[in-house]
Amino acid sequence: MAADPIAQFQIKKIMTLGHIGPYEIALTNSAVFMIAAVVFIVGGIMLAGRNIIPGRAQSLAEITYEFVAGTVRSTAGNEGMKFFPLVFSLFTFILVLNMFGMIPGFFTVMSHIAITGALAALVILTVIIYGIYKNGFKFFKLFWPSGVPMFVMPLIVVIEILSFLSRPLSLSVRLFANMLAGHITLKVFASFIGLLATSLGVAGWLVGILPFSMLIALTALEFLVAFLQAYVFTILTCLYLNDAIHPGH
Amino acid sequence: MATNTTTTQAQTKAPFPPFQGETFPSQIFWLVLCFVALYVLLSRVALPRLGGVIAGRNAKIESDLETANRAKNESEAAQASYEKALADARAKAQALASESQAKAAAEAEAQRKQLEAGLKTKLDAAEAQIASTKSAAMSNVRGIAVDTAGLIVERLTGKAPAKQSVERAVDAALH
Repeated sequence: MAADPIAQFQIKKIMTLGHIGPYEIALTNSAVFMIAAVVFIVGGIMLAGRNIIPGRAQSLAEITYEFVAGTVRSTAGNEGMKFFPLVFSLFTFILVLNMFGMIPGFFTVMSHIAITGALAALVILTVIIYGIYKNGFKFFKLFWPSGVPMFVMPLIVVIEILSFLSRPLSLSVRLFANMLAGHITLKVFASFIGLLATSLGVAGWLVGILPFSMLIALTALEFLVAFLQAYVFTILTCLYLNDAIHPGH
Repeated sequence: MATNTTTTQAQTKAPFPPFQGETFPSQIFWLVLCFVALYVLLSRVALPRLGGVIAGRNAKIESDLETANRAKNESEAAQASYEKALADARAKAQALASESQAKAAAEAEAQRKQLEAGLKTKLDAAEAQIASTKSAAMSNVRGIAVDTAGLIVERLTGKAPAKQSVERAVDAALH
């Protein structure tokens, strides 16, 4: 009866599409959810009305738009608005996939390090490439803070480089670990109920109320985490983009 | 039994799903495909559309506010001019009222004076008549008194007094 709490993260192959070099490319449950998220986001915006007084769907789309635009503007300034489509794509993609993951039986795409790692790499590569394109050599002032005494400079530079290198790591691991741990916890508490019921009978059903109420609270917490992690990823992306736009503290 | 053990062993030995390297190419392939599609669709179509709606609404609200502001200013100006006209009319009416009052007072004064003058002449005439009437009456009274006094003296003394002395005596009594 005790369901494997890890089984929910298993990537299931639906059909093999072909090979790129030695690598097999297959349509998987993960891919289906990503496609669904794209359809959901783009369809949601396109099907929302264009009225002066918005309906529910239009309000939701507009609130999301204003929210992301406000986040970008407040952290990266007006210059950062050129990255608004990228930040909006990241936020909605992560948020919708996390929310899909909250539906029982659905797959949580962001619980895979390959996905979060690739997204983090996208962000960091954007920062580095745009930073060098925009500021040239000045971009490396990021590691050379002004107003620091010369004798501590080597230490500061090493710390700055290490902190920069740790960014993609923390960005990807934070999202991946949060989604993974949360869903494992939910599964473990849910399987307690089944375990108690099968092993203790009626008494087990009664005692099962405890993990069940815990499960309800955890589910609410997980919804918060699903939103919060999408937001954290977004705001950190904006902060890093701000470094690329304005290097040198 | 043996196969069962091997499958469970295989299951336990199977790596943790997020770390199964053989799934990475598929995941990243679909992620790139989906994210690029999402980015292109959002940046080219969906976000301009959504932003256009929001910008359109903001412009509409702004122009509506401006119109309302202009209407407010207009109504305030209209009210000010109305109040000015009202004050003007009131002042004019007051001037007119005081002017006509003064005119009426002057007219009444003139009339009163004329009337008083008429009355005075009438009064004087009446007084003159009274005086003449009174003197006429007095002269009559004197005649009667002279006759009466002459008769009384004649009856008492049996002898008619001299008319001149009686007249002197009556005049002395009357004055």
